[in-house]
Amino acid sequence: MSIHVRTRINGQAQEFLCEPDQSALQVLRDTLGLTGSKEGCNSGDCGACSVLLDGTLVCACLVLGAELEGRSLATIEGIAEGGRLHPVQQKLLEHNALQCGICIPGIVVAAKALLDHDPDPDETAVRYWLAGNLCRCTGYDKIIRAVLDAAATMRASGGAP
Amino acid sequence: MNANEQGLRQIGTRPPRPDGVDKVTGRARYGADYTLPGMVWGRVLRSPHAHARILGIDASAALALPGVLAVVTAEDFLAEPKGDVASGEAEIESGDLSRNVMAREKALYHGHAVAAVAATTPRIAAAALAAIRVDYEPLPAVLDLDAAMAPDAPLLHADMFTRGVDPEPRAASNVAAITTFQRGDLDAGFAAAEVVVEGTWCSPMAHQGYIEPQACLACVGPGGEVEVWCSTQGPFMVRASVALLLGLDVADVRVIPTEIGGGFGGKTTVYLEPLAVALSRKCGRPVKMQLSREEVFRATGPASATRAWVKIGARADGTITAMDARLEYDAGAFRGSPFIPGAMSIFACYDVPNQRAVALDVVTNKPKVAAYRAPGAPQAILASECALNELAARLGIDPIELRLLNAAREGSRTIYGAAFEAIGLVECLEQARRHPHYAAALQANQGRGVAAGFWFNAGLQSSAAVHLTENGKLLLEEGSPDIGGSRAAMALIAAETLGMPYASVKPAVVDTSGIGYTDLTGGSRTTYATGYAVIEACRDLIAKLCARAALEWGVDAARVGWRDGAACHPDAPGTTLDIVALTRLAARTGGPLSGYGSVNLKQVAPAFAVDIADVEVDPETGASRVVRFTAIQDAGRAIHPDFVEGQMQGGAAQGIGWALNEEYRFDARGVLENPGFLDYRMPVASDLPMIDTVIVEVPHPGHPLGVRGVGEAPICAPMAAVTSALNQAAGTSIRVLHLTPSRVLAAIGARG
Repeated sequence: MSIHVRTRINGQAQEFLCEPDQSALQVLRDTLGLTGSKEGCNSGDCGACSVLLDGTLVCACLVLGAELEGRSLATIEGIAEGGRLHPVQQKLLEHNALQCGICIPGIVVAAKALLDHDPDPDETAVRYWLAGNLCRCTGYDKIIRAVLDAAATMRASGGAP
Repeated sequence: MNANEQGLRQIGTRPPRPDGVDKVTGRARYGADYTLPGMVWGRVLRSPHAHARILGIDASAALALPGVLAVVTAEDFLAEPKGDVASGEAEIESGDLSRNVMAREKALYHGHAVAAVAATTPRIAAAALAAIRVDYEPLPAVLDLDAAMAPDAPLLHADMFTRGVDPEPRAASNVAAITTFQRGDLDAGFAAAEVVVEGTWCSPMAHQGYIEPQACLACVGPGGEVEVWCSTQGPFMVRASVALLLGLDVADVRVIPTEIGGGFGGKTTVYLEPLAVALSRKCGRPVKMQLSREEVFRATGPASATRAWVKIGARADGTITAMDARLEYDAGAFRGSPFIPGAMSIFACYDVPNQRAVALDVVTNKPKVAAYRAPGAPQAILASECALNELAARLGIDPIELRLLNAAREGSRTIYGAAFEAIGLVECLEQARRHPHYAAALQANQGRGVAAGFWFNAGLQSSAAVHLTENGKLLLEEGSPDIGGSRAAMALIAAETLGMPYASVKPAVVDTSGIGYTDLTGGSRTTYATGYAVIEACRDLIAKLCARAALEWGVDAARVGWRDGAACHPDAPGTTLDIVALTRLAARTGGPLSGYGSVNLKQVAPAFAVDIADVEVDPETGASRVVRFTAIQDAGRAIHPDFVEGQMQGGAAQGIGWALNEEYRFDARGVLENPGFLDYRMPVASDLPMIDTVIVEVPHPGHPLGVRGVGEAPICAPMAAVTSALNQAAGTSIRVLHLTPSRVLAAIGARG
């Protein structure tokens, strides 16, 4: 039996119907057409579907669609505000830190969450924070540098993205 | 000569990639991101046995379920399709390709596809799979090289007779082929040696580990026209494969490559596309299919498990006199492991007159292997480079010095006969020797390993088209999926050739009906060959632009020059017509302006790499980690250095993972025990240090810009460098990978 869910996604009120066993990731991708969150494993191991649920970093594949009732969800589609890239996005571009790019939506969301809570992480902190986001292309080097550079940029501009 | 000295202005710079904004905002559409009106969902039923005869399949109960629209089995595909598919580095014969996408007489590995369904929802498709009855006769399975080669081994293929043996064998075998490459006199070489090292190194079956599972959407129209959206390294390969297996004309099949979420060779063949097309043809609806991660692990091509025996002899002064190898590659269920490139590459770094490499292609009841980045080379080079490090220790010679003493150079002959033109191995070794990393002090429980690697780098066929827009911008069309930033490289090459701003070039990867044939993105060939086609297309356009200017000026076109993005008047210095001006004149000078380029580069573009790895071992737990890594590689010409470095860093990380973390583990029945990222442990960010890079540029003589290609050489040497470093750190001589803490601890214990 379908469940009627009322939630907020990227600041907008959103209603949908889902099956009891449908994950939030399936709802986002297949029902709502928000395909920026990627399915790499469906088991919470790769981080490609990283989203912020009431501000907390989670894998959308490990959350049920029905659990979004009354909550607020931020996805990769909502990170660039008003068409202005978040510093993490900007620095990933400037460092050419992506190759195939499939992990990048999850990396962006996870890195934003890190910088939201720690504006001055060191390399080790970034590496451990992003340990839940698999990237097979880059060896992480340029991604780590980009996130550190984004943090420095945000600190220099007073923390505002 | 660096880019600047050659007068290059844009090649060698590091602008952001043209498709970058889409990829950091989630807008870029990958294989699983496409939908069509009326679309239904396909799923695959897979064998629960590693080896079983298929006696019958009854899908009637599944077809009776509401919402189930079609079922396909092997009967829906040609058993013996006529023709070949150019699949680059991953060999598979047509009949085997048919049987790999859908098991026919037998299921040959756990997870082998035996049927597929299309249904209106994923849930109904799953229920339909459960309702299909397959009658199996389980057979004994062979799961490793020894079991496969045992005299009384169960046979996977009753009609497989070992190729390459004289006289032709009478008995069928799981050894699909044996091949030997040899030059010189091995006996004389070893007789001249004063020191000989010998050993056997084993590397496990490992997966490419691309983060995006295979996905596709197929639509067959009422007139039989086929459209396929899919994540692939080779849209033309998909077109050919679908046509081949379903008996279609390639001209009726259009393949639209989506963005691709990694491949590393794993997406150079088909798994889903023929199934989705067959289902769509049967039910008349667009069919979407995507693999789960578990299916990716169980049923898509990993890299071969390999056993490599190596023997190397040298004089006391470090001159190597003979190199010998026997390489056994686990092909999985069908012939076609990378045993030949493994044998060809193992000793390519060394100019030694007496060399031999014997290589075997062995089938087992495991998934059919696919190309994985420099297929076959890392497993072979693990053995040769570890042996060289042991040799260096025995001789008391610095390992880089030993390699320099014997390094291949321009004119050196290879085991496969060809002689090298200008190559950059010596330059890479010299960079390694003078790198601060090589002189840095090691801490307690740390060791350092160096290793050199080689890969051919393919050329082959590519097409490119360029069109000027009415405002003088350049649309660039290519057939090579962009798997790691190649749009940026193509745009730089076009901008440089035409003399126009990078930002004015808009590259696009187009579908198989929009551009001429292009071989797949693999073999490190895209920047080399497709880049060459882009140069040709731009030159074609320049010739036309000069002709238009000549018409305007009333002079002979042959006398009009092209410089800095403008045609130059032959008689009036300073009088020019630039691209924007010529575009404005286009309508009255002959119409729209386009250029076309196509190439078939028969010449390989050899690339060499040298790695330095520092590994720290915890003697109490056996756990190890790479604490410093430097990758050095000859790129020929680094078109976009950021993406060259990215390839080097990514290849290093994959090689490190293969050495320290990754391994397919099967139970006694042939069931993969770790088909997920939790238990198949690829390196995560906290496992790795920064990976330093040094790009060497020894231009490749066969390319106008000197490009060699960079994608594969980076994975050739890290396994050997890391293994040598770990053994030095722990005082062990482990030769079986991966280097699990328990293996390391046991070796430390045995050391006493």
